[in-house]
Amino acid sequence: MKLVVEGLSCSRGGRSLFQGLSFGLSRGQAILVTGPNGAGKTSLLRLVAGLLVPTAGRIALEGSDGTVGEASHFVGHLDAVKGALTAGENLVFGRALLGGGDTSIELALERFGIGALQDLPAQVFSAGQRRRLALARLLVAPRPIWLLDEPTTALDTSGQQMLARLMAEHRAGGGVIVAATHATLDLKDARKISLPNGGAV
Amino acid sequence: MTATFLAVVARDLKLALRVGGGAGIGVIFFLAIVTIVPFAVGPDLPLLARIGAAVLWIGALLASLLGLDRIFAGDHEDGSLDLLLLAPAPLELIGVAKATAHWIATGLPLVIIAPLLGLMLGVDPKALMAVSLTLLVGTPAVTFLGLIAAALSVALPRGGLLSAVLILPLAIPLLIFGVAATNAVVAGEIPFGTPFRLLCAISLFFLVLGPAAAAAALRHVRE
Repeated sequence: MKLVVEGLSCSRGGRSLFQGLSFGLSRGQAILVTGPNGAGKTSLLRLVAGLLVPTAGRIALEGSDGTVGEASHFVGHLDAVKGALTAGENLVFGRALLGGGDTSIELALERFGIGALQDLPAQVFSAGQRRRLALARLLVAPRPIWLLDEPTTALDTSGQQMLARLMAEHRAGGGVIVAATHATLDLKDARKISLPNGGAV
Repeated sequence: MTATFLAVVARDLKLALRVGGGAGIGVIFFLAIVTIVPFAVGPDLPLLARIGAAVLWIGALLASLLGLDRIFAGDHEDGSLDLLLLAPAPLELIGVAKATAHWIATGLPLVIIAPLLGLMLGVDPKALMAVSLTLLVGTPAVTFLGLIAAALSVALPRGGLLSAVLILPLAIPLLIFGVAATNAVVAGEIPFGTPFRLLCAISLFFLVLGPAAAAAALRHVRE
């Protein structure tokens, strides 16, 4: 399995963000996307997931029949957590929706240190707890591509360490990661893509 | 794919029935409309019985418009829509799942309560059966029509009013044949089956058109 991006161009609202972006990711590799506000980091991740349509270029998953989107997890600025549902119900839904089989909900919550919150409605969660819940979804439905947009937002140091450990495990198991961040992210040997300032003339 | 479909239906039903889900609002609104009609036309029971079926249909139609715009808006606001787009199922099927859950939570209660409200208007018992049957066929079509409006107005802050304006004109054929079928039972000038079959046909048409058009509208938002 190899994720291939060729000649990718993106424009938002008639403004060109980046052009001719190409990269490839084999099993276990990771890419860290950096760039100033408005450079198109989020747009790049959404393009790879298929949540946006590129103006030009190709995104493909070589050695797989499915689409890139069906092999991807996208964790964005919004946590996609329903406040009226409990933490457990949120994960059960994520698992069933994304085709996670019978992976353990308890274990996923435990790995992010929120095992005790399983039966609490998510509306009482703090921002950091919601983020941990959104990240726990990565574990209940195993998918090879993780697209993480500012994953450490609202996470405390222990949360960041848990995430770093899981990202390392994911890569060791042959998964790939594309992460966009301003903060320091513990991704060993990750290649860096620096997006130009799209707003600059 | 079935698992995805059932997951969406189950989650949306849960959300609708919990506090703040708004599943009961439609029924109360329906009751309010039916209750104010006698105040407007006066306590003339033969007149109320004659227009009763039409009042029930108008009330059910307006009540089923409530909350239609929220079908996709809630998921759009909290990021769940991205999750739905990454599911291993066609967007059309997700649309069918969301509309089905919405109808069970908001449309089905209207169908069940309609005969009771009909008693308040003195509608003929035979016509009450017909009202229930026509609403059972007609209200899903309103919901599936609403799916299109919900998808079109997903990113708009005041999408609710837009949804109602978009849907009402398209729902007129349902209203015409729904009421015609009910009146046919009472008046007996034409057989019940004629307008009822047309109602079924229109309803089926919207059941197919709704998810397809809604999916197209959601895909357009990505560009």
